[in-house]
Amino acid sequence: ERNQADVSEAKAGRTDLIFLIRFRHCCLLRNQRCIVAYLYDRLLRIRALRWEYGSILPSAIQFHMSAEEVEWFNRYKKSLATYMRSVGGEEGLDLTQDMKPPKSLYIEVRCLRDYGEFEIDDGTTVLLKKNSQHFLPRWKCEQLIRQGILEHILS
Amino acid sequence: GTGSDGDSEELVLTPAQLIRSLEQAWLNEKFAPELLESKPEIIECVVEQLDHMEANLKRAKKGDLKVSVHRMEIERIRYVLSSYLRCRLVKIEKFFPHVLEKEKSRAEGEPSVLSPEEFAFAKEYMANTETYLKNVALKHMPPNLQKVALLKSVPKPNLDSFVFLRVLERQENILVEPETDEQREYTIDLEEGSQHLIRYKTIAPLVASGAVQLI
Repeated sequence: ERNQADVSEAKAGRTDLIFLIRFRHCCLLRNQRCIVAYLYDRLLRIRALRWEYGSILPSAIQFHMSAEEVEWFNRYKKSLATYMRSVGGEEGLDLTQDMKPPKSLYIEVRCLRDYGEFEIDDGTTVLLKKNSQHFLPRWKCEQLIRQGILEHILS
Repeated sequence: GTGSDGDSEELVLTPAQLIRSLEQAWLNEKFAPELLESKPEIIECVVEQLDHMEANLKRAKKGDLKVSVHRMEIERIRYVLSSYLRCRLVKIEKFFPHVLEKEKSRAEGEPSVLSPEEFAFAKEYMANTETYLKNVALKHMPPNLQKVALLKSVPKPNLDSFVFLRVLERQENILVEPETDEQREYTIDLEEGSQHLIRYKTIAPLVASGAVQLI
């Protein structure tokens, strides 16, 4: 408001105020840029969370997010889901899968936490107990590996 | 093809040719600094191909050796397709005001850089971000600072970045613009099969036409 008051005075003829006005305006613009840059950087990190963790965020992370950021995240994941559904076939294509080129069909995994029963394609189920090891189809494990439930054992 | 997009020659591609087109589009998109033309025909055909292969697999005898090989192939193709679409999304999000502006000012008949679904996604991303910034910060600022010129603030893709390419169709007299004041512009010929490291801006149209392949 201080700047506005000076602006009116400048228009009224006090031209010596113009430098002060411009200086203040530059400061205000810089502050605006800093604020927007900070907020946008946070949004980019939140966006990365959707691709890393999935559509449900751990509560520890949600605790650090403002209500508006949670809303941004929800809108983003909805928009992404709509897009993914529109690509490919009836069920759409989950782009958050297949993040790495497939090296082999089956992989050795160790279970890090108790998870329970896990069904694989041909109908058989596997019991995922902590520390159990399994030889499972790669594409079924990807999600669980990213969530930290399974660990890929590289021999 | 001639005319507007979607009107291309009705080529019947073999599955092998289709996958090669997908891989070419994928590599180009990976290495180009800007968002390239959308290829809805390739995507649609690849998806159809994948569905076809999955259906075949379901009918196959269990324990058949071919099943593993085909499953692996499905995985590989799906990876390339997903990677390609992800690459595009990343660029759309990174350059969102410019991408939207380019699409809005596109002339009739010019090929589109965004598929309709990507366009919707880009618009939602922009609206979502603008609303967020407005509610969290901008509305608390003095009246004349309540807008952020996104077109000016968000960086544009750097078209001067260098890219590696392989020449697929011989090109003559490509004009290379000087980088510094001391240099002058000169022309080069691109021989088929040769590989080059060159500024993207110089050869951007050749990527679009398929005359060169980024590597």
